[in-house]
Amino acid sequence: MIEVRDLVKTYGDVTAVAGISFDVAAGEIFAFLGPNGAGKTTTIQMLTTLVPPVSGTIRIDGLDPATRPADVRRRFGIVFQDPSLDSELTAWENMEIHGVLYHVPRRIRHERIDRLLTLFELHERRNSYVKTFSGGMKRRLEIARGFLHTPKILFLDEPTLGLDPQSRNQLWTHVKSLNETEHVTVFLTTHYMDEAERVAGRIAIIDHGKIVAQGSAAELKQQTNTESLEQAFLALTGTTIRDERADPAAQMRQFAKMWRR
Amino acid sequence: MAAIYILWLRELKRYTRSRAMIVASIGQPLLYLLALGFGLGPVFQQAGRGSYLQFVAPGVIGMSILFTSIFSGLGLLWDRQFGFLKETLVAPVPRLHIMIGKTVGGATVAILQGLLIVIVCLIAGFRPASVSALPLALLFMILVALVFAGLGMVIGSRLQNMQGFQLIMNFLVLPIFFLSGALYPLSNLPVALAAITRVDPLTYGIDGLRGAFIGAGHFGAATDAAVLIIVAVMFLALGAQAFSRIQI
Repeated sequence: MIEVRDLVKTYGDVTAVAGISFDVAAGEIFAFLGPNGAGKTTTIQMLTTLVPPVSGTIRIDGLDPATRPADVRRRFGIVFQDPSLDSELTAWENMEIHGVLYHVPRRIRHERIDRLLTLFELHERRNSYVKTFSGGMKRRLEIARGFLHTPKILFLDEPTLGLDPQSRNQLWTHVKSLNETEHVTVFLTTHYMDEAERVAGRIAIIDHGKIVAQGSAAELKQQTNTESLEQAFLALTGTTIRDERADPAAQMRQFAKMWRR
Repeated sequence: MAAIYILWLRELKRYTRSRAMIVASIGQPLLYLLALGFGLGPVFQQAGRGSYLQFVAPGVIGMSILFTSIFSGLGLLWDRQFGFLKETLVAPVPRLHIMIGKTVGGATVAILQGLLIVIVCLIAGFRPASVSALPLALLFMILVALVFAGLGMVIGSRLQNMQGFQLIMNFLVLPIFFLSGALYPLSNLPVALAAITRVDPLTYGIDGLRGAFIGAGHFGAATDAAVLIIVAVMFLALGAQAFSRIQI
């Protein structure tokens, strides 16, 4: 479903992604695990047509995002690291706009909106403004929205950041069940080891823009002779703390925290 | 087309729902209208220029449209990181459609805001010369809204952080307003100021509005409209180009 070969992305003299290759099979849940600034988000941005790679090839369901962006976009849903809902609109309206943008015919659209909102336990609040929702509810709505146009792949970029354990648990339960019922391939990034271990069939550990190991959680532990995935992770990526350069997005994130948006 | 429509509708919904913002947005124009209208009124009258309230009302209407439409574009900066924009940019819809929906939506909201200020002006005592000229006034309101929605898109697509926002406000938006002849007549200006007012697109918008509302235009409706149309096309094209280059 996803094929990546020797993918490279540089910004000026900074190398964000330094030649990675991996495959994700249809129906699989694949996790990208890595410290801050390892290149997780950049990889997702390249896979989802938002950023062009410097070199290397990408195939999404056999299509090249560079030459057929619209066809590729129809095939995936995405939940971004930062919120992307319109908080001045209701949950239902957010879903409706998404359905129209993805050309889902009206009848199917309304049916699916009702079904997904029910599944994600938001149906009762469908006519409430998103600004009145908790962090967990917003995330659930974003994931429900990502599924609306029956994508083949769902990208989740650190979807559980800032959520409490209950919301995290519930979110993964939903994602897993939709992975099973709708056979959606899931590509997720996280830096919570327990989540990767629990949800993902295969895990790639990425550091400094390179994949340092990939395999199932058990395989990774075996490779590094460690007891837990966390130990395996530290064995592979070292214990130095990564300080991200404060880019404009990070500055704005700070600003948003200050103003609680 | 469906995408353009739904994005346009979204801008309208957001506007009509923000009651508090609408009330707040009346404050500043009202202040200009009343404080300047009545404060400078006597001096203006003595200079043989008639009623200042009559004179300044089209300027205040133009100002509201300027601010509303340019801010709809500047809001992109915020929207890009924490809003809905990213969601639209990964949708299988041409960027141009998204830009058109957003810009026309922003312009429509600005026109509604302008009409609201027209009503406020009427209540404050503003009296247009004739009712038949009102369609022409509406045309100028639409043109002003499109010009500055386009400009807002150009700037909003390129702004990188919140600090840039203040810079744009103080060194672009306010000068556009103060150097436009919204507050003073264009005749007998010092040479330098006269030259600057003539390169400010808002000058032609307000002149057109003033011509339509009170029959006191400086350049004539045809010139005003021609300049505004050319500038609108230019800004909208630049806006589309800047928007197509947005990276997340």
